[in-house]
Formats: sequence, C-alpha cells, structure tokens
Amino acid sequence: MKALRISGGTVYDPANGIDGVVKDLCIADGCIVADTSLAPGARTIDATGMVVLPGGVDVHTHVAGGALNFARGLVPENQRAARKFLHGLDRRAGLGGMTPTTFATGYLYAGMGWTTVNEAAVPILSARHTHEELHDIPIVDKTSLVLMANNEFVLDLLEAGEAERAKHVVSWLVWAAKAYGIKAVNPGGVEAWKWGKNANTLHAPIEGYKTVTPAQIISSLATIADDLKLPHPIHLHCNNLGVPGNFATTTETMRVLDGHRAHLAHLQFHAYGGDDWSTMRSESAKVADAFNAQPHLTADAGAVLFGDAVTITADGPWQHLLYQLTGRKWGNLDVENETGCGIVPYVYKDRNLVNGVQWAVGLELLLLIDDPWRIFLTTDHPNGGCFWRYPEIIHLLMNAEFRKEQLQKLPEKTRQRILLADLDREYTLSEIAIISSAGPARSLGLSRKGHLGVGADADVTIYPVRPDHGFLFSYPRYVIKGGAIVVEEGDVKDVTEGREFIVHPECDAQIEEYIRPLFEKVYTMSFANYAVEMERLRDPEVMPCK
Amino acid sequence: MIRFTLKETPSVPLEAEVLSPDALVSLAADQIRALPVLLGKRRRRLDEFFEVEGDGGDEIEIRGDAQRVKWIGRGMTRGTLRIDGNAGMHLGSAMSGGTIEVSGDVGDWLGAEMTGGVIRVRGNAGGQVGAAYRGGLSGMRDGLILIDGSAGLELGMRMKRGTIVVGGPVRDFAGLQMKGGTIVLREGAELRTGAWMNRGTIVSLKPIPLLPTFARAATYNPTFLRLYARRLASFGCGLPYDEQDGRYIRYTGDTAVPGKGEILVWEPRA
Repeated sequence: MKALRISGGTVYDPANGIDGVVKDLCIADGCIVADTSLAPGARTIDATGMVVLPGGVDVHTHVAGGALNFARGLVPENQRAARKFLHGLDRRAGLGGMTPTTFATGYLYAGMGWTTVNEAAVPILSARHTHEELHDIPIVDKTSLVLMANNEFVLDLLEAGEAERAKHVVSWLVWAAKAYGIKAVNPGGVEAWKWGKNANTLHAPIEGYKTVTPAQIISSLATIADDLKLPHPIHLHCNNLGVPGNFATTTETMRVLDGHRAHLAHLQFHAYGGDDWSTMRSESAKVADAFNAQPHLTADAGAVLFGDAVTITADGPWQHLLYQLTGRKWGNLDVENETGCGIVPYVYKDRNLVNGVQWAVGLELLLLIDDPWRIFLTTDHPNGGCFWRYPEIIHLLMNAEFRKEQLQKLPEKTRQRILLADLDREYTLSEIAIISSAGPARSLGLSRKGHLGVGADADVTIYPVRPDHGFLFSYPRYVIKGGAIVVEEGDVKDVTEGREFIVHPECDAQIEEYIRPLFEKVYTMSFANYAVEMERLRDPEVMPCK
Repeated sequence: MIRFTLKETPSVPLEAEVLSPDALVSLAADQIRALPVLLGKRRRRLDEFFEVEGDGGDEIEIRGDAQRVKWIGRGMTRGTLRIDGNAGMHLGSAMSGGTIEVSGDVGDWLGAEMTGGVIRVRGNAGGQVGAAYRGGLSGMRDGLILIDGSAGLELGMRMKRGTIVVGGPVRDFAGLQMKGGTIVLREGAELRTGAWMNRGTIVSLKPIPLLPTFARAATYNPTFLRLYARRLASFGCGLPYDEQDGRYIRYTGDTAVPGKGEILVWEPRA
C-alpha cells in the first residue's frame, strides 16, 4: 500500500497526550508508522494551518438490519425529501435523509470524518441480514451488538438459577450472531410487551416469570460480559426510556450495576424529572452526579436536535406509547423468542416543552459529566437526529454564546425546567476529539482506533482551519481511512471497503447440545440456519477477549 | 403569445416540462425551439415534435392530441396555458399559480401536489387528480381544479386544501386519506368515497354508496356553501344551497381513522 506523509498539521491526539502540536504523521500499509520507517518519495499532504484528528468513532448508531429497513419502508415521505447520491465511476447511488441507504451511509459518515461505527442493536435472528448490509456500507469499519436482555433462553436460565449455563448460552449466541458485544434494551420490558405489559420497576418480577427482575437481568448480563472478558462491556438501554421521572430508574440502574463495567446508551433519554408530560423537567444534574461517582461506567449522549427524526428501537412498549402520543405512524415487530422492535416517525419541535427539555438534557449531560473519556457524542441515530448532524452538536458544545442564543428560542416555560442557561463550559478541540473518537474507541476496546500513535490504524481526519466554529466539522479537507485518502476537498474520492470486528468468547463446547433441542422446539427456522457463517462478513477480524 | 402545434402524437411518452410559462417567458423563438425534451430516455429538441410560432410572453397555446406529452405546466407560477386538444399525465403538477385550460381529456395526476392556480378541463380526467404522489404526505395544498367530464380513481387523495369540482361521474376512493379542502361531486362517485379521511368536505349532489364507518350526523343547509356557490358560479357551475330547493345530509367520518371529515349529500325537496 502507498505510503503517505501528513506534514505541518496541528495534531490533536488525546489518547497519546498530544494537544495541538505541529508535527508530521507518517502512514504506511494502512497504519501509522514512525517517521524513520517511511520510505522516501511518499506522497505528502501539506496540512499546514490545518487540524489533524483521529477519525471519528460512533459508539451507538443504527445503520443496518431489520428494524432500520422497516423504518425505511415506513417513511417514504422522508426518502423523497432526502439528499440524492447519483452513481459515479466509483460511487453507488443512494439516498441520505433520516435513514440513509447502505452506500450513502458510508459516504455520509466518511464525508463527515467518521471512520468506525457500532451498530448497536441486532437480534440474532436478523444478524445475517445485518451483516449483509454492513458488508454494503463502504469505507467505515463496523462492529455490532446483539440483543440479549429479553432473550427467552437466557431469561429461563436466570429463572432456574443457572447463571453459569446462561453465560455459555450468551457466549454461544454472541458468536452465532458474529457480534462484538452484548446489548440490553429495556431489560425484561420487551419480554413483558409480548403480554401487553412493560417492566417499569427494576425489582419486580417481569410478566411471564416468577422471579426474574430487570435488576437481575442487568447484573447477570453485566457479570457475564465481564466473565467473558468482552472488549466492550454490557451496552445498556435502561428501563423507562423517555418517561418523565425516569432519572430515578437510571440512578438505581447504576447502583444495581454495583461496580461492573457498563456502557449506558443514549443517557439523554433517561434523565428526566417530573410526574407527567406537563411537569417534565431536566434531572441531568442528578444523573450526571451519580454517573461521575461511578468510574467504571461510560455513556453516550443520545442528544436530540430539533427537526425530523425516526425513532427505531427494540423497546416495543415505549414505541407504542410514543405512537399514542403522536398519532402518526407506528411499526411493531415481534422477533420470536429474542426481542421486539418498534418504529415511530417523530418531529422534535422547539416550541414543545418535552422536546425542548430533551434538547437541553442532551447538551447538559455532555457539559455536566466532567470526564470526557466517559461521555460520547451520539444522537442515537436516527432516534434523536441524524448522525450527519453531529457538527451541529459540536458547535453547540464549543460555543457557549451560540448555545445561549439558541436557548433564547425556547419558550419561557421550557427554560424554567432546564439547567442549560447556567452552564458556561466550552469544549476544547481536544475534548471534542475525545468524545467523538478517542473515548468511544477506548470504550469499545478497539485499541487501534481513536488515536494516532505508531501502530494505530491510519484513520485520520483533516479539517481546513482550526474549527472553532463547529460547523466546519461538516467539511473535512481530507479523510484518510486505513491509509487511503477517501475524502479530498470534502468529496468522496476513493471508495474503500470497511472491515468488521467481531469477538469469539470462550464457551462450553457442549452448550450447543443444550440449545439445539430447545431451539427446534420453539423457533420457526432450522437450527442449522441460525448461526451466521464467517463467509457472510467482509474482511472480519476476531478481536481478542482478554 | 407562443403557440405550439404538435406534429404527430409521439409513439412513446414525451416528457416536456419546458412547456410552462415560467420556462418560456424570457426566451426568444430560436431558444424555445432548442429546449430539451425527453422521448423515452432520449434527449431531443422541442421543435422535433412541435411547430413553434410567436415568442415571449407568459401565454401559451398547445394544439394537437398531446395525450402522450407529460408534465406540461409542471411547477408553473404564472401566466396562461391553453391546450386545444388532450394532455398527458402530470399536467400542472406542483403548480403554484396561473391558469391551465384544456378543451379535451387529461391523463392521471392532474394538478398533483399543486399549491395554487386554476385548472379547467372540459373533457375527462384520469386518476389521482390533485393527489399526493406515492410516499408524499399531502396532495394539493391550494388552488382550484374544475373538471367538466368524469374523473378516475383516488381523486384528491391526501389533499390538504383547495377545491376540486367534477361534473361527471367519479370512480372509487374519491377523497382517500383526505386531510382538508373540498371536493364537489356533481354526479356522485363509485365506492369508498372518503375512505380514511381525517378532515375536509366532500359534497355530492347525487346519492352515493357510503362506507359503514360514516355516521349520519345532521340535516342542514350549511352557510359556507353559499360562498362556494358564489365563487363557483363565476366559473359557470352552480351549487345548490337554498332551503327551498332541498337540504344536505351530513355524514361524519371516517371513524376507522378516526377522522373528523364530512360528506354532504344533497337531497332535493320532493
């Protein structure tokens, strides 16, 4: 592969303690190398006056799979209004918008400077399809997390007190799905939804079970993720998402985790006070305080931006509630013995009290959680807004004055329920590099991502001037992925293929003999077709569990 | 004024959205002749299909059987478009102003998603008059469509505002998923009129088969119809409203949605 030198750029590489130092970066064979090992005559990019950052890493997004396709089909009006990508010599046609098509997803992420994404919710039953789609998302590298907190095999074993066997089943399922980690969505609640119920309290047995509680599911899965030495801890979508007063559930969940590692997804949707929609208020301070005191936890913001969105989640009961609130469209899926899924198109409006509070809470959490290594930039795409709007959030974080201007647009009633006006913190460029790249890479356990040290994957984003103005993040001058210049002058030039990272945790060889008869009894497909074959993945790399 | 005379009906549909006052108003005759049209997928010159006379101005006349010429008057905002003959699909689609007059018949999607202006068709219209395109949330948002003859399926589908008046019979699903606006059916309609309608008014001067999800609500002579009658009288089509002549039976629905729309069926005094 070609060698490349990036000379004269101001480098921000927080993982290696480099904060705005003018230095050269050398790339060979897709990796960052030491200056001395670069062959003479390498192409040089003159980055003088430009800013050099590690390529972005999205720790929580929804870019492939059954639920996303359901959403694509449900909102043709968005597809019509979406940005069109015409096919070119090396580019495939596609649509941007709320739920971009596979190829467009790759172009849009790369065009913004992001080079690794984590698809955060995959049912095992649609894992094969998900990998086929990930296969078709160019440029960016991918990981995926498999839904586990409402899997009836696992819940039945927890009910029977067979924690050890549950661990082996989880391990087998992770490998069957060719996943990278474990996702837990509304633990127990999606299972209860199959009875028309939800799991609102952490310590009450869930519908259909005598003893299993959401708290037990959370702590068991967190323990299993630790025991299996998964690089990314349990990725947890807490109970009571979106509901006023849910901050108590969130802080209680942190207590239940009791020292285990965990990643709390889209924390914004879990930090509300009040008793109902009319009294809803921000409780970001309480959630941030509790979170700051638990150093083993990470979280992503799940920030909300005003405008169109499509909500997609395995949290079926919540989606039904949201549908009743909006009265527009609703999609609901039952995924056999594993999980569910709901789709509701949604518009966040700045005049609306609830939406205003949601917008503020996302930013408040990013500003109140003091360790940027533990809170990451996401919108829970496409739930809180589209990933291609991340630059708008960066701008809001870096510029307190701009933030206050935006705040003035909210109704007085909303402003009384939020804290944002009191927060003067402004993110530095280095902190932006942490929440958008270095932090999520570390949380995902991807040691070659999110930094620019020797041996790292050569995923580099170069912005034209010091982007004090966050919107400049929309237009990187160059994006380098795996050593290839994929974006030049803001336009996708060279379409490379992304890789997938998966894990193969240890598991009892006999566990398949336990699962097979159960599976054949309750599933509608044949067992032989359940697990995803390695051939389905593009260029997979099995990451170590250690 | 510019006059276009169709040389012969093209063998495959011709897409000619340049036949619009907005596109032509500032052009000289030779520029107009060279405007691009699409014959199937092939790009051709306008004068291969039309004789062009006159130049400038926002008054256009088209002569000949243009039933295979699509997208005439697309997005027009001003001026007059007179068609002496037939016109193809998507006539006046997304127009926001000006007037279109057609002496013959028109194809499907007449005035689809239009936001203003007036369309008058002396002959018959196809389906999806004033409708939303597939995947669109709302159909026509304002303006007036008058059809002297019959109309096809899904008339006014998802329309939000504006008025459609049809002189002849209308086929199934008139006012499907209607969100607002007014449809006047002078000769009634076939099945499932107003299915899934949320809001809006459908006035039928003839008895029509109603869905079971419409409930009889009242018998009255609504005042607002006087205003409609006065406006429509200026286009030469009356609308009965006087108590001495009869009354309207009001049905509300579609309760399957549930909707707050209404169907008013005229009942002449015996």
